[in-house]
Amino acid sequence: MQFEASNLIPVAPELYVLGLACLVLVIDLFLDDEQRIFTYALTQVGLIFAIFITLSVGQTEAQIVFDGSYIRDGMSDVLKVSIYIVTIGAFLYSKEYLVEHGLFKGEYYVLGLFAVLGMMVMVSAQSFLTAYLGLELLSLSLYALVAFDRDSKAGSEAAMKYFVLGAIASGMLLYGISMIYGATGALNFTTVTTALTEAGMEDIVLVFGLVFVVIGLAFKLGAVPFHMWIPDVYHGAPTPVAQFLSSAPKIAAFALAMRLLVDGMMPLHSDWQQMLIILAILSMVLGNVIAIAQTNIKRMLAYSTIAHVGFIMMGILAGTPEGYSASMFYTIIYAVTSLGAFGIIILLSRKGFEAENLDDYKGLHERSPWFAAMMMLFMFSMAGVPPTVGFWAKLFVLDAVVGVELTWLALVGVFFSIIGAFYYIRIIKLMYFDKADNTLPVVGNLDARIVLSVNGVLMLALGLFPAVLLTICVRAIGG
Amino acid sequence: MTADWPILSLTIWLPIIGGALLLAIGDRYSNASRWMALATAILTFVISISLYCGFDSSTAQMQFVERAPWIPVFNVEYYLGVDGISMPLIILTTFITIFVVIAGWEVIQYKPAMYMAAFLIMEGVMVGVFAALDAMLFYVFWEAMLIPMFLIIGIWGGPNRVYATIKFFLYTFFGSVFMLIALIYMYFQSGSMEILAFHELKLGLTEQIFIFIAFLLAFAVKVPMWPVHTWLPDAHVEAPTGGSVILAAIMLKIGGYGFLRFSMPIAPDASQELDWLIIGMSLIAVVYIGFVALVQQDMKKLIAYSSIAHMGFVTLGFFIVFQIAANPDASGGAILGIEGGMVQMISHGFISAAMFLCVGVLYDRMHSRKISDYGGVIHTMPVFGGFMVFFAMANAGLPGTSGFVGEFMVILASFRANFWFAFLAATTLIVGAAYTLWMVKRVIFGNVVNDRVHSLQDINRREFIVLGSLAVAVLVLGLWPAPLIEVMDASVVSLLEHIKVSKL
Repeated sequence: MQFEASNLIPVAPELYVLGLACLVLVIDLFLDDEQRIFTYALTQVGLIFAIFITLSVGQTEAQIVFDGSYIRDGMSDVLKVSIYIVTIGAFLYSKEYLVEHGLFKGEYYVLGLFAVLGMMVMVSAQSFLTAYLGLELLSLSLYALVAFDRDSKAGSEAAMKYFVLGAIASGMLLYGISMIYGATGALNFTTVTTALTEAGMEDIVLVFGLVFVVIGLAFKLGAVPFHMWIPDVYHGAPTPVAQFLSSAPKIAAFALAMRLLVDGMMPLHSDWQQMLIILAILSMVLGNVIAIAQTNIKRMLAYSTIAHVGFIMMGILAGTPEGYSASMFYTIIYAVTSLGAFGIIILLSRKGFEAENLDDYKGLHERSPWFAAMMMLFMFSMAGVPPTVGFWAKLFVLDAVVGVELTWLALVGVFFSIIGAFYYIRIIKLMYFDKADNTLPVVGNLDARIVLSVNGVLMLALGLFPAVLLTICVRAIGG
Repeated sequence: MTADWPILSLTIWLPIIGGALLLAIGDRYSNASRWMALATAILTFVISISLYCGFDSSTAQMQFVERAPWIPVFNVEYYLGVDGISMPLIILTTFITIFVVIAGWEVIQYKPAMYMAAFLIMEGVMVGVFAALDAMLFYVFWEAMLIPMFLIIGIWGGPNRVYATIKFFLYTFFGSVFMLIALIYMYFQSGSMEILAFHELKLGLTEQIFIFIAFLLAFAVKVPMWPVHTWLPDAHVEAPTGGSVILAAIMLKIGGYGFLRFSMPIAPDASQELDWLIIGMSLIAVVYIGFVALVQQDMKKLIAYSSIAHMGFVTLGFFIVFQIAANPDASGGAILGIEGGMVQMISHGFISAAMFLCVGVLYDRMHSRKISDYGGVIHTMPVFGGFMVFFAMANAGLPGTSGFVGEFMVILASFRANFWFAFLAATTLIVGAAYTLWMVKRVIFGNVVNDRVHSLQDINRREFIVLGSLAVAVLVLGLWPAPLIEVMDASVVSLLEHIKVSKL
């Protein structure tokens, strides 16, 4: 492999974020607890700069560097920028909570930045090993973040579960990769695709490899039956971590699925389509049905994530550019919506009190009409009711699925979103129709309030003008 | 006559923006917010009147058309326009909303600004449903309608409101998602989201039947038709008066409108094939639900069931057309059926609104809707009693009121198709009279039954204006329905021409 300086330009954002993470780590060493705000500010400003850097190296045509193991294309640019924005949002929401709970430490932001770097590598992976590398960097940061509240038993338990199950999933993925390597003799996607086209689909080792890769992916995405870690981790992790976990890494997981399945193994489309259909249906059924029985809102949102993953998979399995852009739209919208829903939990929580039971939302409308209105928008968006943007996300995916003659699957999808609508509107019912148990006024910092308002109004604004984001997604996929 | 002003957009967005402003102002100046709501509602009505004035009733073309790209990737457009079928319904919507605002004037003390805002937003969205000519735009408005209604019932409703409103939401949501799939399917067949392009789309019989059933699920729940009507009595009983009025007067009409705009022209062969199903369900609604209404103890429930029975007439009128088409020497009756259904929709809009407002008047004073708590109201509230008797007569289909015109036209049309259909439909003249008049007899007439009735105050000026205006509307439409029929005639004729041609 020849070293060429020009190779470094497409990876400038990654290098920059790596540098930023190290810088934050070092600077934080020399700060007192009172000065921790500098770490926070540096991280946020740094992430904003990352947006500009990514946009400035962005071009329309794809660039593949490092002997075909790394790619920068429209999709990676858009997804990276969404990851930065979602991360900035998550950090904005969580600052006050972290301060109150004694978790406002530099490591939080360092780990967050490394997670972002891991996601960026996943998004830009063009070979199995790069993808795996990014995935592990992300996962290790997340394991640590879940256990961030060292005194919390639930947090440690969740981190343990997440770690063990995540390690198994990584093992599965690696095992699958090794089989594919054995069958094709290559790791980078372009070569693998060529080899697959020539070899045909009869090779049993290939199909086995594919199964293991899909299992690994399903673990990371949280699709049924590989979803068991999600509710426990969301429940046990500190709420800001759960918020982060449910938003940005979903974007990366979508990218991983796109890279592995579409870039890497498109010739096996008919095989993985079948697998994803099963995973998608199971996820929608189980996620939506079990969410109804939850009394803890974090667990409820965890099961709702599982159901949404089913929808994301539906778009991917269509195997058309329309499907990919629909899924991409869905994932970004889901990440932003989830950010807001968890943001409300964070804002309502105070020192020594977690607003994580559904009953804590009773009469929120009386206590804070604005918060309640925002939460209502998030819930309607998740349920897919127009004029919120969640409707368009669902519509585009359904459109893609009907477009490849899988109308029955679209029917299954909408049927379970009706069931899903029930638990979302139950939150609205609690907020608007029930009397509050406590009448404590809702406080919240100005920055958190602003980000919440922007986030909520975005649900409506994008719902009225979905073309803005959709056009970006379509162009990124290059349809 | 196409005006330079985007009248339809104004009619849709003016109330929505007004509602949003009201929400922003909140309850700090509750009196000002009431006046602002009223001003918005009246202004919207005045604007919508220009739709009638500028309407060219000699053509079935869409008028007041506005078109702009919305989501170019999916060919979704912001495409509005009205014909003779949707225009009267838009005016009905803007007209009724004024009275809803007035009726909630003093009654609503809890968060009045939000209450008014919900109804204004609702108004804009409902006008949007009638005016949309792009399938996705239609669907967005159609679903968006659920949100304000869900909140209206849930926040200002009666004791069992939560059950009622969730049932309402899930029922209608259930119905409509299958319509969404049908719309997407047709988008792939035609490459466009225009409703008018769907009309021209060639479809096989099996496809048509699936599409028809998907639409039926959506519209039958909305109308509501037997056996998916059970959400309506619950929603009506729990909803505040204004909510009941909007539900009965306009939301139910959206289901009927859907049959005319989607089911019949898009799937004419499936409609022909399955007309027995709709006619059967309609007749069950007319006869069976009529009897159910007879035994109700609760006034609102009784009127709710009577709404279902009356809407049965609407669907009967629409689908009897396919029976008549099969019978060549009676083709003149087809137009009678559809126009009768349309007149019935408009008339029921006035009458059901008035009936619910009457119950509202009583409920505000006595806080009871039970028939047995009343008796001899005429002695203490003579003016109100007069109105209530008048509207009850109209509800029973007394000649001279608008209730008669629609029912009569539909029954006449049914005669052309089949004597027994007409016979069953005509039983409503007896059953309808029985349940309405019996209720009036128990509530209004007789001796004063208790002290609370004895101390009732007659209606004030605000209530008089509301009920008086509606009474005028009912009378005018009953005595002189020609302007309404004239406006819709060209559109109905062209619809009939269209559905006569098989798509196979």
